[in-house]
Amino acid sequence: MNAKKKRRLAFAAALLAAGGVLAGVIVYGLGQNTMYFRSPTDIADKQVSEGVAFRLGGLVEKGSVQHGMGADVHFRVTDGKSTVAADYNGVLPALFREGQGVVATGAMDSSGTFVASEVLAKHDEKYMPPEVVAALKKSGHWQEGGVQ
Amino acid sequence: MTGELGQLALCFALALSLVMAVSGLMGTRPQDTTARKIASGAAMGLFVFVALAFGTLTYAFVTSDFSIIDVANNSHTLKPLIYKISGVWANHEGSMLLWVLVLSIYAALVAGLQRGGERLTSGALGVQGLLAAAFILFIIFTSNPFLRLDPAPFEGAGLNPLLQDPGLAMHPPMLYAGYVGLSASFSYAAAALLVGEAGWTRAARPFMLIAWIALTCGIALGSWWAYYELGWGGFWFWDPVENASLMPWLIATALLHSALATEKSGAFRTWTLLLAIAGFSMSLIGTFLVRSGVLSSVHAFASDPTRGFFIMVLIALAIGGALALFAWRAPTLQGGAAFDVQSRETMLLLNNVFLLAACACVFVGTLYPLVLDAINGTKISVGPPYFALTFAPIFFALLLLVPLGPQLNWKRGDLKAAWRTLYPALGLAGIAALTVLALVSPRSVAATGAFAVAGWLIGASILDIRKRKGARASAFAAALAHAGLGVSLMGVAGTTLWRSEALTVLAPGQTMTVGPYTLRFDGVTRERGPNYIADRGHIAVMNGDRVSTNMLPEHRFYPAEGADMNDTAIHTTGLRDLYLALGDNRGGGRFALRAYVSPLAPLIWLGGLVMALGGFLSLWGRLRVKDTEPATPAPAAALAAE
Repeated sequence: MNAKKKRRLAFAAALLAAGGVLAGVIVYGLGQNTMYFRSPTDIADKQVSEGVAFRLGGLVEKGSVQHGMGADVHFRVTDGKSTVAADYNGVLPALFREGQGVVATGAMDSSGTFVASEVLAKHDEKYMPPEVVAALKKSGHWQEGGVQ
Repeated sequence: MTGELGQLALCFALALSLVMAVSGLMGTRPQDTTARKIASGAAMGLFVFVALAFGTLTYAFVTSDFSIIDVANNSHTLKPLIYKISGVWANHEGSMLLWVLVLSIYAALVAGLQRGGERLTSGALGVQGLLAAAFILFIIFTSNPFLRLDPAPFEGAGLNPLLQDPGLAMHPPMLYAGYVGLSASFSYAAAALLVGEAGWTRAARPFMLIAWIALTCGIALGSWWAYYELGWGGFWFWDPVENASLMPWLIATALLHSALATEKSGAFRTWTLLLAIAGFSMSLIGTFLVRSGVLSSVHAFASDPTRGFFIMVLIALAIGGALALFAWRAPTLQGGAAFDVQSRETMLLLNNVFLLAACACVFVGTLYPLVLDAINGTKISVGPPYFALTFAPIFFALLLLVPLGPQLNWKRGDLKAAWRTLYPALGLAGIAALTVLALVSPRSVAATGAFAVAGWLIGASILDIRKRKGARASAFAAALAHAGLGVSLMGVAGTTLWRSEALTVLAPGQTMTVGPYTLRFDGVTRERGPNYIADRGHIAVMNGDRVSTNMLPEHRFYPAEGADMNDTAIHTTGLRDLYLALGDNRGGGRFALRAYVSPLAPLIWLGGLVMALGGFLSLWGRLRVKDTEPATPAPAAALAAE
């Protein structure tokens, strides 16, 4: 084996090792940091562990929004079939309205309330988050062109 | 009439692009001078007709011609003129037309500049013609912006108010100049494979630089917009749409470096070809991830199956065709020149390895949710922590190596000597780290490390600039671009690690504190804009009992579009931003107010600007020196001469 071949082999081995490390880091990273999307019905049907972050989507139930003294807000998220109570301490996005679609990131607490760390801003009132559409379709409460 | 004129222009453009494709490819044969002339003429004609079509659509938007569906869906008579114009590309159909317009501009530039050999230019025009034909077909059959509406409505549906912003009016053309600019390198690479000419990197260099500069500016603009417009105080969200622009940038950066090695020392010949193909492939994937709606919703993609299908076929043909050409022709090309382990080539190789690894992380994180949803309908999202865990360390390692490259010679360098030269930069890194440790509490490893690396980068750039004193301006390009990385890094570190935020519901007269600032809420007034109604918050920034500045964040309602948005107020000292967003009305004159203090935030975009400036210097140098390669070198002779 001449020197050039040896160097090529060493280079290929190093590249392979680096690729392996990269793949490992990516797989580990994905395993740690993917968040599932859940509808209120998913939460009612399946046991959702406390403190595990996920994304909750549905409609803000009409008449459910209550503001506290500070920046805290309580509301309920529904997909027409099931409903989940949610707490949020922060400024709501401009288009947060009762009866409109919402997607929030957060986790369940021990009392079965969803504690949101982030309520996602949607930019126009015609827009419905696709996950919410899918959830409404699944619960049978979706109507083309709008919501009941 | 305008709609039909545009339609007609587009059909002529399609015919010309086909002529350009056929004659351009025929022109790669040594004797076919006529075909080469026809290809160049067709490129100019293509540009004229696409510009005419684009001008027609712009005219329809400016005059609010609602008999055209695209205008009716995306414009409104009350919109200010600048947003009527930017409305042309703030929708799927119009933005695809802009895409083709930019492509035709690059084709005209390739034909006009005639860089590299005649046959190489001709082949590049042929490939550009194929791309143009495919995209014009796509527009005509699935995304025609000139379709009519009968009867025409009295008023248009308006434009999403978030997009009614000067930064975002400029952002898409800038990004497209970058995305599509990579098509020129792609076409040159494909032509080089066809003709067997090794000197293509030199011919394509200005196009790579233009694309890279445009991408850098486009990404910086987009991030700046997200910062002041979205009201969350962040500058980068690892949103799939952002990632779609970051991936081509990473590959384009790798391409710039690898092509330099190919040009200067003959190393990485085949690798550079592959990168040129990969770069444009990322552009294609990026454009369509964003524009087809596949990212915000897999269902939107399925809801228009023809469009989605067409896109997939287009991407598969372009990437597959290029790779097949590569597999067929690359073995006939001469391999890369050898180099020592201690050499600039090795550093550029490492640069490429790290950039590609970083790109792979972004790619997987962006596409994994889509793939999973397509396979079994599981809906997940990959959050910023994934990117912090994978992308950040790789990019950080890359930054550590950046200063070494320019200090090493081509072919054979001396690593020890390079180290010695860089001692002052190490010193600056140490000073930066100690300053951070001494001045900022609580102490953080991340902040110290980031500032040390920033000092290392900037110090090395200063050394490089001193070494080259008196040289042509373009000699400072790399030093500036690398210094820009350091400047941005400080901004990113300062903003992410030292940001303070406060969120309070305030009644008029009440105060809040955030970071070093005390803010007094003076109530809200109702204001009327050209096409919106706003609640304008009056906030006094206090200096003791005295008011030092008044800030006016707004909460706007756009009746035409039925949408709300925040208009943030930012007070900057150049080294620190005070950032205010007016939240929801809590009744009784009480409003929620969100305030951030972001140290060093402006440096993020300043760094981007410095990087782009580096690119400009290099481009300037390239265009001033007239590259006149031998007209049509026989491939064998050209290869032997290398």
